[in-house]
Amino acid sequence: MEGIRVSSNYEDVIIGLEVHIQLTNLKTKLFCSCNADYRGSEPNSHNCPICLGLPGSLPVINERAIEFATRLALALDSKINDSMFFFRKNYFYVDLPKGFQISQYNKAGGRAFADRGNITVKINGNKKEIRLNRIHLEEDPARLVHKGSIATSPYTLVDYNRSGVCLIEIVSEPVIRSPEEAREFLKQLRSIVQYTRISNLDLTGAARVDANISIKGHERSEVKNISSFKEVERALKWEIQRQRNLLKRGKKLTQETRHWDDKRRITISLRTKEFEEDYRYFPEQDLVPIVIDKNFIQQVKDKLPEMPNERSIRLQRDYNLSEFDSENLVLDKDIADFYEDGVNSVPSFGPNEYKQFCNWLMNDISRHLNEQNKTIPETKVQPKLVVDLIKHINEGKITTKIAKTFISEMMNGSSISKIIEKKGKKRISNEEIIEGNCKEVIKENPKIVEDCRKNPKAIEALIGRVMGKTKGQADPEITRRIMFKMLKQIGIII
Amino acid sequence: MKLYEYMAYELIEKIKSKEITIEELIYQIYERIEKTEDKLHSFIHLSKEKALNKAKQLDEKLNKGKPVGRLYGLPMGIKDLICIKDSPTTCGSKILEGYYPPYNATVINRLIEKEGAICVGRTNMDEFAMGSSTENSCYGPTYNPWDLERVPGGSSGGSGSCVASGQTPVSLGSDTGGSIRCPASYCGVVGLKPTYGRVSRYGLVSYANSLDQIGPISRCVYDTAILLEIIAGYDRLDSTTVDIKVDKYTEELQNPISKMTLGVPKEFFGEGLEKEVKNKVKGAINKLNSLGAETIEVSFPHLEYAIPTYYLIAMSEASSNLARYDGLRYGSMSGDLSGDLYEVFSRTRSERFGSEVRRRIILGSYTLSAGYYDMFYIKALKVRTLIKNDFQNALNQCDAIVCPTMPTTAFKIGEFVDDPLQMYFMDILTCPVNLAGLPALSIPCGFDTKDLPIGFQIIGNYFSEKIILNIGYLLEKELNIFRKLAPIKDGGN
Repeated sequence: MEGIRVSSNYEDVIIGLEVHIQLTNLKTKLFCSCNADYRGSEPNSHNCPICLGLPGSLPVINERAIEFATRLALALDSKINDSMFFFRKNYFYVDLPKGFQISQYNKAGGRAFADRGNITVKINGNKKEIRLNRIHLEEDPARLVHKGSIATSPYTLVDYNRSGVCLIEIVSEPVIRSPEEAREFLKQLRSIVQYTRISNLDLTGAARVDANISIKGHERSEVKNISSFKEVERALKWEIQRQRNLLKRGKKLTQETRHWDDKRRITISLRTKEFEEDYRYFPEQDLVPIVIDKNFIQQVKDKLPEMPNERSIRLQRDYNLSEFDSENLVLDKDIADFYEDGVNSVPSFGPNEYKQFCNWLMNDISRHLNEQNKTIPETKVQPKLVVDLIKHINEGKITTKIAKTFISEMMNGSSISKIIEKKGKKRISNEEIIEGNCKEVIKENPKIVEDCRKNPKAIEALIGRVMGKTKGQADPEITRRIMFKMLKQIGIII
Repeated sequence: MKLYEYMAYELIEKIKSKEITIEELIYQIYERIEKTEDKLHSFIHLSKEKALNKAKQLDEKLNKGKPVGRLYGLPMGIKDLICIKDSPTTCGSKILEGYYPPYNATVINRLIEKEGAICVGRTNMDEFAMGSSTENSCYGPTYNPWDLERVPGGSSGGSGSCVASGQTPVSLGSDTGGSIRCPASYCGVVGLKPTYGRVSRYGLVSYANSLDQIGPISRCVYDTAILLEIIAGYDRLDSTTVDIKVDKYTEELQNPISKMTLGVPKEFFGEGLEKEVKNKVKGAINKLNSLGAETIEVSFPHLEYAIPTYYLIAMSEASSNLARYDGLRYGSMSGDLSGDLYEVFSRTRSERFGSEVRRRIILGSYTLSAGYYDMFYIKALKVRTLIKNDFQNALNQCDAIVCPTMPTTAFKIGEFVDDPLQMYFMDILTCPVNLAGLPALSIPCGFDTKDLPIGFQIIGNYFSEKIILNIGYLLEKELNIFRKLAPIKDGGN
């Protein structure tokens, strides 16, 4: 069989995303007062007649969900509809205890929660607006638990704890042109969701994506069940390649629904167009229409925190950061908050320290967080520790090189002076000690010393050896000065 | 007089004054039920032991001078689609065999938990309230206590026959297209369908949720007023209930109606109306005139579309409301579990739903399908608005509308079994009221030559239960036939 060829040519690719985000910051479910925080709970323990869909039970809207959706709609620049009702989406499946999902619908006389909106992404340094079609609220179905892959599991277990949890669906227009664009879109969306404080997308299953993918001029496929943002790029690349390979072999693409199997990392066909489900959408009359008035929207707007794009502009202005730095910094609200807490705590800090602090966060600290798969609030590092680290460097107490070796302990909450004490890694500025080390290095490396006659750069090798001997503690500037002096004394350089 | 012959308000007085104990009452009620139930089949389940225990507890409380609620152990029949915690609730369907709800409907909390009523049994009904005769129960039909060869009406047929025959003084039913008023009319008792949103539907198993409403059935208007005062009112568990003050219905029954104008819709007296029904209803209208009410003619130009509109909407909603019954989590499942999930679902639903339920689910799924939705469902919603407007126009000119409840008296069991359409047409005078969401009362206004009761319908404006109960109460007094219990006999023709 022909293997999957990797191609990075996406000119003819059209992608639309449907992103489902659980409003994990809501305490209760969308239509009942059951605890929505089901993660880690005994299966089927967060239930009542409503979220189990028992005969005779009726839904009651969680008003906080309306507020949360309003926040997100405002942040995405979507137009909130002033009145709307819920719809029933009818289909049979074990994850749906009522035989229908209460959702919203923008056809058949219905309206979404909000229409349009957009997210700005940066592709190769250029800004691009990705337009949204709509956002709407709906209830989460129950969670199905399989042994291994869905295709081979001998059983399906149903956990109704998730049943009725509030989801918000964000539907993009089919204007995404590559898996990388999709990744950037989701990166920005994640950031906006974090700023609006409606959900913690780091929780497993808090975000799920369906993707519509087509190659211009051909039928599209819908890939369902991509269970995290991280998987999206991978699933898209796979699916595009699958479509290309079929076309290459002269096959016709058919409109179909596919399933992303994240265990095997492939998409598998669920059904083709002629077997598409007819959801028989019609109004949910157990709920009364929702009316959203201008005052309410204004109230929510007034309480809305600064959004990442606004913050980026402010950080450039207030801390003299580059656009690149500030945009990266604001992406994760926790990191940006950490940054501002840190740099604002020291009145004497100026542009140099602002830049230093940003670099530490964006490089060594971010790398550490990635390796540990943690967010900054999940560690014990405090802004004042980073402030201290920068102060130690700038006062010449430690070198940058040594500072880098402090990161993992600093992330565990150790103070800088404690780390220095423990590691014995104070800067050596005593000239006698450095002279002694220089003398030894000159004696041990006659070849390099000879080199210095013709190659001025060879001195760096000697300084490096001194740093090695002192485990990096020797002050590099003092070492350089002394090494020069000694080479001059013995006539190697003039 | 035996205890079962008394009205509910009289029994409450007897208990209040300690003339009888609650236990005695409940005991005698079961005596009556046991004597008559073989002939009537009003009940799907009886709960004698539970009821007697509850009676003893209430008596004890009473003896200690503690409050027992406004109903003082009043025995009731409860239609088998209103959830009672840990008590079987089958909706007359095999698919809910063995289902015990883990919660109480709001009306049950109010009547039983708060006000001390006692449920003596669950009354028979058409499966999932789909029918006008109670022949569609998987437990077999209920028989009309005035003529055992005839139907008691439906779908709340058990709730009608148990009250008409003195098995219980009052009962609860539900009305989607006439399901309280039809049996009230055929059994010669009082039945009220309240305004949509007046009584909480929480715990009422949905048939067509934009039309369903719970209401009382009793032998006199006063008893219905007592029960409505208790069950009416806003419920945070039902978003469609409206937070409007509940009137003191019992205190407004004797108001004079001499300043009232009553609308008589000519279309409600049209083709298909039995002559005897027409005459008795006209006679009742004359009585109201004699009490000083003025009558005017009002018009319902869209009445002829009410039946198709009602059935389109009800079936569409039913197809979705009944989707949850797959036997997987509760109720009963097919014994044959071979095949995949969908095969098991289909087999369970084919085996466990009756033919009328399956017919309505299939038709309702069809009318909601892509390509038909606009043609059927959306059009039906539009006509619903026109019918609502007809009522609004009429009610702008009058205080209430008076007309027959049913076009005929009770028909024979099996008469329409092969002709569902003919049966659907029986709802012509009741279902428009549900489409409009208005309150309507049915009270007996006489008998035909076969000694079968005839129902008189009073339709009011939104939340004007006070007015229709007032009119009904005065008419009932004037007609003075309400004390008569059904004879429980064969009609002989």
